[in-house]
Amino acid sequence: MTLTVLNGTYFVQGDWACAEGAIAAGCRFFAGYPITPATEIAERMSLRLPQVGGACLQFEDELGSMAAVIGASYAGVKAMTATSGPGLSLMQENIGLAVMTEAPCVIVDVMRGSPSTGQPTKAAQGDVMQCRWGSHGDYEIIALVPSSVQDMFDLTIEAFNLSEQYRVPVLIMADEIIGHVRERLVIPEPDEIRVVDRKKPDKSSGEYLPFQPGEDLVPRMACFGEGYHFYATGLTHDEKGYPDMSVETQDRLVRRLCDKIRRNADKIIKLEKLFLDDAEIVVVAFGSPARSAARAVAAARSEGIKAGLLKLVTIWPFPTKELEELSKQLRSVIVLEMNYGQLVREVERAVKPTPVSFLPKLGGEPHKPDEVLAAIRRCES
Amino acid sequence: MTQASLKHPLDDILRMDRIPHIWCEGCGLGTTLNCFAQALKELDFDLDRLAIVSGIGCAGRASGYVNADAFHTTHGRAIAFATGVRVANPDLKIVVLSGDGDLFAIGGNHFIHAARRNVDMLVICSNNFNYGMTGGQVGPTTPSHALTMTTPYGNIEHPFNLVALAAASGAVFVSRWTTLHVTRLTESIKKGLQKKGFSFIEVIAPCPAIYGRYNKLGDALKMMKDMKARSVIRHGIHPHEAEIDPDRRIVVGDFLDIEKPEYSDRLRALAEKCREKQAHET
Repeated sequence: MTLTVLNGTYFVQGDWACAEGAIAAGCRFFAGYPITPATEIAERMSLRLPQVGGACLQFEDELGSMAAVIGASYAGVKAMTATSGPGLSLMQENIGLAVMTEAPCVIVDVMRGSPSTGQPTKAAQGDVMQCRWGSHGDYEIIALVPSSVQDMFDLTIEAFNLSEQYRVPVLIMADEIIGHVRERLVIPEPDEIRVVDRKKPDKSSGEYLPFQPGEDLVPRMACFGEGYHFYATGLTHDEKGYPDMSVETQDRLVRRLCDKIRRNADKIIKLEKLFLDDAEIVVVAFGSPARSAARAVAAARSEGIKAGLLKLVTIWPFPTKELEELSKQLRSVIVLEMNYGQLVREVERAVKPTPVSFLPKLGGEPHKPDEVLAAIRRCES
Repeated sequence: MTQASLKHPLDDILRMDRIPHIWCEGCGLGTTLNCFAQALKELDFDLDRLAIVSGIGCAGRASGYVNADAFHTTHGRAIAFATGVRVANPDLKIVVLSGDGDLFAIGGNHFIHAARRNVDMLVICSNNFNYGMTGGQVGPTTPSHALTMTTPYGNIEHPFNLVALAAASGAVFVSRWTTLHVTRLTESIKKGLQKKGFSFIEVIAPCPAIYGRYNKLGDALKMMKDMKARSVIRHGIHPHEAEIDPDRRIVVGDFLDIEKPEYSDRLRALAEKCREKQAHET
């Protein structure tokens, strides 16, 4: 047992790695409701957070969990929740509140078969559109997809850093396989871990405007108890934080909330590229299927096919520009998803007129490398 | 007369740039806010140590009028949000200002669980027996037979007795007043502000513009006079016996004041125990 951030090599589950990543990023508050396949994150947090002076609460539901996370964030503590599809549905209204009040926070969704109760213990990627559009209105969020236990650790840290930097909810969209698989995890020394904290007010309480953006369109954040006497509301508000129902204020606020992500997309988006330099056929994948894709692409290369893999680590904001650029050298694109067609539409839009073939996978298992290889061969012939 | 002498004694406690408020003429919410501000003033309460949290509805707008850190949450989630704040910063006193619909219909689950956990916060519920903001629909405290926009034939449901619910759920301080009892209400708010644990004050607030009009209860003055005639002070009686029938009898008073370990204190003790265990093992 240790009281600090761990370091060293471990053989652990993705959910476990996610909890440790959060602690390494400075998370000291967790609120959640038990749900398969994300429960292990709450369990790990309930063991670990008291050791590092933090708090882990099991709430009465996901609505309350998400509200408490925003409350803790506004009290100045980095906060997280973890859930699966049904819970994410219940959190959506408060995710919108976090967007509107610009509360930094991290939401982990370990995706299972759906709709409804679906397949609690099986993997899927059916929430990738829910996480983007699930709350009402116009907004932007950031969503990252891990495809290994190491990713669960690294990307959870990245998620906290992005949420603090842009004051936006950041989602980790893992699938059940990544949540439950046991693999090697290397936790670096604490001083090798980059941790970003939100910008604090640089003005006195009388002059500070809680929603006045800086050049990056992100406002500096005062928290409860710091003497600023700020007011924050889910209502449309001006720079002072006061409700204002005018056309101009709504227009200015919604544009800024979206543009702070859109204009910084180049800095946010992270992609992994395999054999892309001369590739003519590219597989686009994320999460567990990206692992099968890596193997299939390598096999295709050994057959002399110019295949490559574009692994999406960031799915939101969507890397439209990067795909557009890449598509100029391509004959064909293959999209893998463990759903019946969600992100494929974004890919089609970006790579037009390059032909896109879609390989859906339903039922709880990822694509087999042979299936992906067969798809690559079909494009080649 | 100088400008300074025109200052109202409560000006520093309220966000004067947000006044006038949005509430209707004769509404009890302004009185409740006034009593709250007065209580803060009389206690010389450090406003830097205060966090106001509210939900949605007429009463929920109160958070925007107090000159302290304040957050206007989604419908029903004020108490859950407040729990997060309290646990993250136990030096703060959190006050939830909201209404009967927000706290007990859509937010009822969080109320009973925060009371059960005994999370330190003062919840002041303005009970006006209906959803005012949306134009007067039936709510969880609407009396049986009352007319609202969604019970045009009269309400067939039974209402909650909020103080009984609070006590049964685990609250450590429970009180009920009407907006007629300004001095007594202010005193109870002062007690609630100084009480450690989950404290609950129900304030019966007339809604003459909507609920009163539908039910032909007369104007604001008539509603206040009726409240006066029907209120009975019974300090210390069990909250389950604190009857509430706005047409006949409203039992008011400080009903409950008990001691119980508070949630974030227990959390802190738990963290210390973990550290001691670790120090012992290494």
